[in-house]
Order: sequence, then C-alpha cells, then structure tokens
Amino acid sequence: MWKWFHQLASPPHYYRMAGAIIPWTGWPALLLIIIGAVGGLYLAPPDYQQGDAFRIIYVHVPSAWLSMFGYVVMATAAAIGLIWRMKLAHVAANAVAPLGASFTALALATGSIWGRPMWGTWWVWDARLTSELILLFLYFGYMALNRAFEDRKQGDRASAVLALVGVVNVPIIHYSVEWWNTLHQPATITKFGKPSITVDMLWPLLVMFLGFTLFFITVALQRARAETLERERRSAWVKEL
Amino acid sequence: MTARQQRMFFVVLVIAGVAVAAAFGLRAFQENLLYFYSTSQVHAGDVPLDRKFRLGGIVVDGSVEREAGSLTVRFVLTDTQTTVPVEYTGILPDLFREGQGIVAHGRVNDDGLFVADEVLAKHDENYMPPEVADSIKQAHYEGVRRSKEQQAAQGGDH
Repeated sequence: MWKWFHQLASPPHYYRMAGAIIPWTGWPALLLIIIGAVGGLYLAPPDYQQGDAFRIIYVHVPSAWLSMFGYVVMATAAAIGLIWRMKLAHVAANAVAPLGASFTALALATGSIWGRPMWGTWWVWDARLTSELILLFLYFGYMALNRAFEDRKQGDRASAVLALVGVVNVPIIHYSVEWWNTLHQPATITKFGKPSITVDMLWPLLVMFLGFTLFFITVALQRARAETLERERRSAWVKEL
Repeated sequence: MTARQQRMFFVVLVIAGVAVAAAFGLRAFQENLLYFYSTSQVHAGDVPLDRKFRLGGIVVDGSVEREAGSLTVRFVLTDTQTTVPVEYTGILPDLFREGQGIVAHGRVNDDGLFVADEVLAKHDENYMPPEVADSIKQAHYEGVRRSKEQQAAQGGDH
C-alpha cells in the first residue's frame, strides 16, 4: 500500500497515470452531461408549482455539490501536503481551487436567477446563501495566498493552513437549512430516506451529478498535469518529453 | 514524536480549534442567524417590537383578501399552532398562494397586525409534475370526505 502511495507522489508517474485516466473520465462526462441535459430540459415534466423554471436545478444542484466536494478534496490534499511534505498534494489542491471557485460562483448565480421569480428576490442574507458566499471567498483567499510568496513552498504551506481552517464551513453549509430557519429549502435528495422528487425528474439530475463530477475530475487531473510540468520544467524527465 | 507526527497533530489541532471557535461563534449569533420568526414566537412576545423583523409561516387557505383598485393584500399566516394577520402593499412573488410558505418583512402594529414591506415565497423541497400534485390533492380530499362520512355514519348510529 505504501509503495503505491510513494509512487503516486512521484511527478513523472503521476503525469503518465493521469494522462491515461483522462480519456476515461472526459468522454463519459461529456456523454452524461448531454444525456442529462436532454433528460432535464426536454424529457422531464414541468413542476406543479414552478413550471419550467425548476429546470435550473439540473445545473444548480450539481454545481453546489461540486463547490463543497471540491473544497473537501482541496483541504484533504492540503493536509496531505502539510503532513507528508508531498509536493504533488499541493499541486492537486492548487488544481482544484479555481475549479471549485467556478462551481461555487455558478451555484450562486443560478440560485440567484431562480430566486428572483420564485422567492421574489435576487439575494437574501440567510444562513445557506451566506455560508456559500463565504466558501467562494475561501477559495479566492486560498488562490491569492498561494501566490503571495516569493518562495513557492511557503505559499503552499500558508494556503494549505487556510484550506484547513475553512473546512469547518462545509458542514455549516450543508446543515444550515436544518439548523436555522432559512429561506432556502432543505435538501431534496438525502442519503437516507426517499427523495422528494418524482423519478422522471430525478434521473436526469442523478445523471447530471455524475457527469458534472466526472467533468470536474477530468479538468482537475489535467490542471494538475500542467502544473506538474511547470514546476518540474528543469528536471530531466520533462526535458525528455 | 517524529516531525511528521507533530505536523499531523498540528493539522488535527487546527481543525479542532477552528471547529470549536465556529461552534461558539454560531451559538452566540444564533438569534441573528434565524432568518425568520414563527407566528408562535410573535404570540409569545419573543420578537423585537422596536424594529422590523421577518415573519415566516403558511398562508391560511381562504384568508387572502385583495383590496379593490390597489395592490394591498391581507392574509393570515400560521405555523399550524397560532396565526398572525398580515397586510402588504406591492407585487407578490410567483409562488405566493394559499397554503404556501412565505416570509414577510415588517413590524407588528398596535392592533396586532403585521405590516409587511416585503414578501418572499419560500419554496419547499418537493418537486413533482402537475398530474401527481393533482392526484395527491384528490386523494387528500377523498380521505377527508371519507372520514367525514364515517363520522356522520357513526353519529347516525347514536
């Protein structure tokens, strides 16, 4: 097991491995997103109250999920980088940060567009929306801090600590709708219990979930590859490429 | 303790420390994090009288009255235990209807009427096509009718 772990930490090994994995996540991601989009925008019936406006959940919910998933991945990678002094782990955290930030921004934007006609407002300062906005700023803070040092190692370490500090926000976002009275509705799909959405509407959402997640993984792997090349540009194996 | 174990300890300490700080912080701000008060809290006097606040509840069936020739609307909010009458002048959101959860912003006047300057609709987590919603409603009315019939039949026996 440890051999595998150490192999993973080797940049040339990662570069080759990720290059081999990417087609196996990228193409299914594209396919699933197309299927999910057709299912969600065309095949699914309109909602009894919201009509067609509910279809924004097919982008909003997977984006919101990835905004939190991305942060947990980033914080985990940062912790591994701190504890084992693994360069590749910092590279992974760096690769995920702008992606997570993009999906957070997308979740906030789509939510806002939906909120205007449905709630009657673009924005409210309730616990769910506010904690999600804080998540966006945590991503921005991580990216800024990582580049704020002359010495790359120092930047990696400082931003990793910030990523760890911010991880408490993730359960707060998730449980905000249960802990407090919020304008945002509670979760429709939970691990336990029946989802409160009909099957015709649910399956495109699950397909979108999977498609978005695979897309996220693909882009993260590719970004980490690019950064590995950039960081190792003076090493022999990169020059051989 | 090796250097690596020390770093591991540091990471755990950071997360635990921030989690405890966040928990205390959120407890202290509990009041402000409540997006809205319930109608029961209004009856219990737990709401601020000197400033505006948000009141959440379900619009009571058949309580919505529109004033002719103006945008003024009166309705009653409930949390199923208590009710509070609300008055609002302005445009209502799409989801506003009887039986819908809404959040109103405003204050209680001396007559116990909640005068709102903003009304937001709260959406629930249920998504279904119109046919399903209709059949659920139908089943509900059927159930109510049947239980009424049963009561009537039992009443007739005595």
